[in-house]
Amino acid sequence: MVPYPRFSFCRLLALFYTLYFCLSSTVLIMLRSNSVFQRLVRQPTTRFLSSSRSLLDAPSSLRNLTEEEGMMREAAAKFASSVVAPKVSEMDEREATDPSIVKGLFEQGFMGIETPIELGGTGASFTSAILVVEELAKIDPSISVMCDVHNTLVNTVFRQYASQELQQKYLPQLAESKVGSFCLTEAGSGSDAFALKTRAEKKDGYWELNGNKMWITNSGEAEIFLVFANVDPSKGYKGITCFVVEKEMGVQVMSKEKKLGIRASSTCALNFDNIKVPAENVLGEIGKGYKIAIEILNEGRIGIAAQMLGLAQGAFDCTLPYLFQRKQFGHEIGNFQGMQHQYSQIATEIEAARLLTYNAARLKEEGMPFITEAAMAKLYASQVAERTTSKCVEWLGGVGFTRDFPAEKFYRDCKIGAIYEGTSNIQLQTIAKQIALKYKN
Amino acid sequence: MKILVGVKRVVDYAVKIRVNSAKTAVETANVKHSINPFDEIAVEEAVRLREKLPKGSVSEIVALSCGPAKCSEVLRTALAMGADRAIHVEVPQNTTLEPLIVAKLFSAVAKKENPSLIIMGKQAIDDDACQTGQMLAGLLDYPQANFVAKLDVADNKVTASCEIDGGLETVECEMPAIITTDLRLNEPRYATLPNIMKAKKKPLDKLTPADLKVDIISKLKVLKVEEPAKRKAGIMVGSVEELIKKLRDEAKVL
Repeated sequence: MVPYPRFSFCRLLALFYTLYFCLSSTVLIMLRSNSVFQRLVRQPTTRFLSSSRSLLDAPSSLRNLTEEEGMMREAAAKFASSVVAPKVSEMDEREATDPSIVKGLFEQGFMGIETPIELGGTGASFTSAILVVEELAKIDPSISVMCDVHNTLVNTVFRQYASQELQQKYLPQLAESKVGSFCLTEAGSGSDAFALKTRAEKKDGYWELNGNKMWITNSGEAEIFLVFANVDPSKGYKGITCFVVEKEMGVQVMSKEKKLGIRASSTCALNFDNIKVPAENVLGEIGKGYKIAIEILNEGRIGIAAQMLGLAQGAFDCTLPYLFQRKQFGHEIGNFQGMQHQYSQIATEIEAARLLTYNAARLKEEGMPFITEAAMAKLYASQVAERTTSKCVEWLGGVGFTRDFPAEKFYRDCKIGAIYEGTSNIQLQTIAKQIALKYKN
Repeated sequence: MKILVGVKRVVDYAVKIRVNSAKTAVETANVKHSINPFDEIAVEEAVRLREKLPKGSVSEIVALSCGPAKCSEVLRTALAMGADRAIHVEVPQNTTLEPLIVAKLFSAVAKKENPSLIIMGKQAIDDDACQTGQMLAGLLDYPQANFVAKLDVADNKVTASCEIDGGLETVECEMPAIITTDLRLNEPRYATLPNIMKAKKKPLDKLTPADLKVDIISKLKVLKVEEPAKRKAGIMVGSVEELIKKLRDEAKVL
């Protein structure tokens, strides 16, 4: 191929375009910031956030929490470090969650964070839930995911879509003693969630459920299951309906999967064999289950982003002190420039993941569109978790590779972040779809 | 029975403390603060007394803190743990409140509130003065039990097991009385999330030292705050003989 001569017409044109683009976008940005500035001066913007968040007369940083959000984060951090931490490696080895920790989660109010007070919950903000999930993940991502799925998927489905009767019946149980589980995935239906095969057939006064679910989080402990099943396969995804199924109705929980990471968290296959579900246990409208699943997973992602963020921070926090203890060539290894640049880079990425996550959470609370931001937060936080934990193992050297240090567990635990509640590819698709909406004619 | 509990906002126990650049105090800017751990034990004990004694025996638990605006945070923690009401004697940021002044403020509040029992931490982990409870007992002329590791309340009487050098001393006193808590008295609970939300709705009254007619000008002057000298590295000795020789000739302890 003949190389372009220097300053060819093409190149000049390209240069011109680049300049033009840069200049025009700069002007645009200036114009925009100017108008924002004017708006602020003229009429202070007020942010109506969740009920627990006070009115602020000026925009604030994302680190700004309400007093009770700060206290809840503190409470979660204390619970995690004193109750969960001593059992982390034992639970990982045994591949089981200690029942006393599940009990503790309920007693401390971590299982009904957004559930209204009158239904036995805390009635706190979505951000409070996100902060609790993050704090738990700093110590054990397995405990964190139990709390996350229970709150941001199961409780939220009830709060947003269930009838008053179903809410009154199940939300107090979910806040006080019964673990919930969200059952969508099947052997042949993962990212293509609407290909699910579980069937629900209308009988006299009840529904009969038949089918199988796979890789269901919390299913080992759960007593209340949200099961997505098709009432009329001829209608395709418009037959998908959400059912509230209690374990006693006959849910068969198969043996636990042996996993790479979050091993204490139970992941099982479920079997529904002619299960009778009362007619009133249809959650939301018949045939609208697909909508519930999509919408709930959009916000559930912020929870997984928080889990991955906490996981990355937890790995970082348990690694860095060692870098200032370990000496090689007569110096603490944390003082070598080669190390400094690496951990500064990772710290910056964790901060970026935090801001993406908190921003998505606040957008959701404010009732603003958040689908793109939530997908970005989950995608990026899971990538950062992977890079951080990989680096942490490396920085710790020999000890990092052993099970005596928590870094290797975080390294194993992080991988699920790119898989559940929408794989990284699905997040990219979600983001791409929103970008196309904006730019395509 | 009304219980008054003291809570102080101090640098969090897990923070590595540093002397400020002016060498006048411990650095408190941009440092995590929490409720003084001994005060947390005091709040817990008050809540446990309410749970333990016949229903209605403890009519009210009032938490009191003296300090700058941010002390309201530790009062909220006390409310979330189970106190019913809080009083904040607010002073401007960077005001030093020495033990005698805090004791006078507590005394003024106690005269208004008439508690049967005042429970405070034996000391705060910032200046470790360990004086306020005792001074308050003097000012109010109340009996006191300090460094309490076990507490029983019955028939207007307090029976306390106090940690003293080399053992435990059992003290019995009439109420109203002052208790200062030691580490082993109890293990404080964590505030549950619903209680954190409820704490927001509990009353928190603000007072100033002027409202209580207490002069807060310090009588003490801090000249200098220094970190303790770094411990020198030890040496390895090769044999028992060498150790004895060094102890005799160099350390001169034999």
